[in-house]
Amino acid sequence: MYEAADLRKGLKIQIDGEPYIITDFSFVKPGKGQALYKCRLKNLITGTQFDRSYRSGDRFEPADLDEQEMEFLYHEGNQYCFMNTSTYEQVFMEEEVVGEAKNFLTNNLKVTVSFFQDRPMAITLPTFVDLKVVKADPGVKGDTATGATKPVTMETGYEIHVPLFIEEGETLRLDTRTGQYVSRVKQ
Amino acid sequence: MEDLARLARKRGNLVLRERILCSARRFFRERGFLEVTTPILSPTVIPEEHIHPVETAAGFLLPSPEIHMKRFLAAGYDRVFQIGPCFRKAERGEQHLPEFTMLEWYRAGEDYHALADDCERLLAAVIESVSGKAVVEYGGNPIDLSPPWPRLTVRQVFLKHAGWDPLEEENPERFERDLTEKVVPVLPRERPVLLFDFPAYEASLARKSPADPRTAERLELFAGGLELANGFSELTDPKEQRRRFEETNERRRARGEKTCPLPEKFLAFLSDLPPCAGIALGIDRLAMLLAGASRIDEVVALAPEDL
Repeated sequence: MYEAADLRKGLKIQIDGEPYIITDFSFVKPGKGQALYKCRLKNLITGTQFDRSYRSGDRFEPADLDEQEMEFLYHEGNQYCFMNTSTYEQVFMEEEVVGEAKNFLTNNLKVTVSFFQDRPMAITLPTFVDLKVVKADPGVKGDTATGATKPVTMETGYEIHVPLFIEEGETLRLDTRTGQYVSRVKQ
Repeated sequence: MEDLARLARKRGNLVLRERILCSARRFFRERGFLEVTTPILSPTVIPEEHIHPVETAAGFLLPSPEIHMKRFLAAGYDRVFQIGPCFRKAERGEQHLPEFTMLEWYRAGEDYHALADDCERLLAAVIESVSGKAVVEYGGNPIDLSPPWPRLTVRQVFLKHAGWDPLEEENPERFERDLTEKVVPVLPRERPVLLFDFPAYEASLARKSPADPRTAERLELFAGGLELANGFSELTDPKEQRRRFEETNERRRARGEKTCPLPEKFLAFLSDLPPCAGIALGIDRLAMLLAGASRIDEVVALAPEDL
């Protein structure tokens, strides 16, 4: 069982026998008032989303999912292919199901795939991934203390704002929970 | 080392934070306030309905310095302030840290209107020292922080945005939910807003308004959707205060939550408290506002997950 304080983005819970993933989460609390745990929930079977707020004292069942370690192989059109690293079995997932995770998928990246009744439903990424910058304008030499940023494109097509000193061809570490730049990776 | 890179990137905001603290201290000193330091580790806390204190083997880590600061007023100090850490269990979100920095001040012989004036002047002084720019960008909107700010009553904003009168219907649960979900999100964003006169059932330590005892002389300051400060004219009646604490404990017990031993020393000196008013302002939230930061993590050196 989970408590309201356990709720966070990415957590999978069961409501009325169906698995849901929390796709967006915020903790809201007036100083003197009750805490609200605001969730956007996505039904892993139907894909429908809705918002619901929970309070301290609410309890949740974990979703009944089978989790497998898999490796991302390639994508073709809107199909993404993953392979189970112990059985070598391959599965395909549609881009819609992959969701925002597609921004961080590079060949051979190890992820966790959640299955509900043998259907792949969701991907859990490692917290940090390293991606190469494929497009960056030469930034002006900047003062890092001001926090100025510029947009760059990563090898997955993901666009992100990074500090001015980042150059094309560099590898960057990104936080998949926030989608944000963390640091440069020295090769 | 992600942690070091993250800390290095915060330098601009940490410099801003330090300037806010310096200018706030200067502001209060220039007005005759004494900066005090009261213990954070304490054998008792003020029972609060929705604030869960951190309990250690050595005592509580205080969720607010209020319990000890009021003792100065009872002892005859008329203006005191404190800047220090406060602890609240299980509060973590984009605007919450379980350990945060509070600026709290008290004025003897004044009521909550004086606190509202203080807030306006304090922000003007802080802005003067950090940037000189009274208009800041927050959450994609410009906010003009120059005084005077709109002063609205809780009843007004509830009738308008939540569609009911919280003074007519005593419903704390509905009140708190609607405040969070219906009222705060639609408060004017182009100026800070001072909300006055909370329902008496939403103010355990505030004096009831002599003009309308259904309300308490409590105010809150919001800016850009951030709850910045909460203050009130203090309740100085120990009997009434004891009754309210017992009710709070009763409600906690009914929900299966831990109750707090009553702070007997606090109740004992309350009868010596002169008419006074006090307010607490979140330094981290103020830094968020002035830095344009959407997450509280951006304005503190280390968040709990960094430790």
